[in-house]
Amino acid sequence: MNISRFFKTILMTDFIGGLFIAIKELFKSKKTINYPFEKGKISPRFRGEHALRRYPNGEERCIACKLCEAVCPAQAITIESAEREDGSRKTTRYDIDMMKCIYCGLCEESCPVDAIVQGPNFEFSTETREELYYTKEKLLDNGDRWENVLEANIKADNIHR
Amino acid sequence: MEYLNIVFQEVYKILFLLVPVLVSVAMVVWLDRRVWAFVQKRQGPNVVGPFGLLQSLADALKYIFKEIIIPSSSNKVIFILAPIVTMTLALIAWAVIPFSATQVLADINVGILYLFAVSSLGVYGIIMGGWASNSKYPFLGAIRSAAQMVSYEVSIGVIIINVLLCVGSLNLNDIVIAQQNMWFVIPLFPMFVIFFISALAETNRPPFDLPEAEAELVAGYQTEYSGMMYAMFWLGEYANILLMCAMGAILFLGGWMSPIDVYPFTLVPGAIWLILKILLLFILFALVKAIVPRYRYDQLMRLGWKVFLPLSLIWVVLTASYLFYFNLLPVN
Repeated sequence: MNISRFFKTILMTDFIGGLFIAIKELFKSKKTINYPFEKGKISPRFRGEHALRRYPNGEERCIACKLCEAVCPAQAITIESAEREDGSRKTTRYDIDMMKCIYCGLCEESCPVDAIVQGPNFEFSTETREELYYTKEKLLDNGDRWENVLEANIKADNIHR
Repeated sequence: MEYLNIVFQEVYKILFLLVPVLVSVAMVVWLDRRVWAFVQKRQGPNVVGPFGLLQSLADALKYIFKEIIIPSSSNKVIFILAPIVTMTLALIAWAVIPFSATQVLADINVGILYLFAVSSLGVYGIIMGGWASNSKYPFLGAIRSAAQMVSYEVSIGVIIINVLLCVGSLNLNDIVIAQQNMWFVIPLFPMFVIFFISALAETNRPPFDLPEAEAELVAGYQTEYSGMMYAMFWLGEYANILLMCAMGAILFLGGWMSPIDVYPFTLVPGAIWLILKILLLFILFALVKAIVPRYRYDQLMRLGWKVFLPLSLIWVVLTASYLFYFNLLPVN
């Protein structure tokens, strides 16, 4: 062991230097966010919980073309359709199995009327599996709840399409 | 009746010491996690109560309601006894800690010996836990822990001899009063450093947390423990850390005496000064946890036996010859 190394060890210079760095870091601002109270920024393209949107007059957008059902790689979407009294084709059933879903966003991409979208919500964990079989009512309800954000997000992303 | 009165009086005294110690152990766990997080620029526990102060209580509540699993092949009596021993030993040592000249539960004349003996016994809880679990990792963890604690106790003992040479008494209050003019941290600074590092090793704190090195030994001797029994190990560990800090404060930092002997400082009660000194040492413990990597086992043994032991022995000779030559040896 040479002399300088010996003195370095005896005086614990490395350790004391580390201690001062630690004390300096102690007072710096935190790099992590305070999660349940503040959340990280997410992109308008974020693929979170699904929602079925409506037109401003309250009419469902979905025309039961079943493109999303066809494109879904995980086969998570099940659609049944029928003709309504006024002659328009509407879904009678629109189910998404959220446990099968891989959140790839292909349903959103394929939709010709921007009906099925993936919103910014990522906190929809449940206590039972049954609650994760989303029905048409649940999806429309999501759409109503998140409509403001969904519309803003589609508008913000539109320039890149 | 007379007899009962005395018993109750003693019980009140013990509770008056024990409850604050247990509460401060819970608070100190929070402080430890918080300092650790702050050095790593994280938030740390901050949700339960103001600044997360009640986090430890929430954790304790969780542990109470968890199931206690006792391995079928374990030695059940010793398995259950181990955490009890650890916690009891960590708590009974507080009996001799003087919070001021009069505020001490047992002002015995061999206070420092008692303290040293009790902290040495602490290893039994760990060995019992590791052996009774009848499982590989706890056993290896317990062996490591035993070897580590025994090695570092030797140098702690020699360091205590250094202090005792300057004091001439084994009474903790006498040790504090002997530091009236100068804290022992100044003349015995190298011993203070070695004491601090040995205390880290003694309480299984990083960088010497080999008995519970999670990368190698899962959780060491605690692997098979769950629920309240695990929490008792955890409480005992932190009570031990606090005890080591208290020991450091009494031996080197002037115990309950105010740092400067001038008017406004002397008004502050001694207990406050002791608590502040313990906290200072504990924050150092927490900072060290955040900045150092874990030692390798052979390095740990080398440091204990080949560096600290000879160094503290040489210092005993130096202190003794200095005191003898200048005729400063305390005479009773």
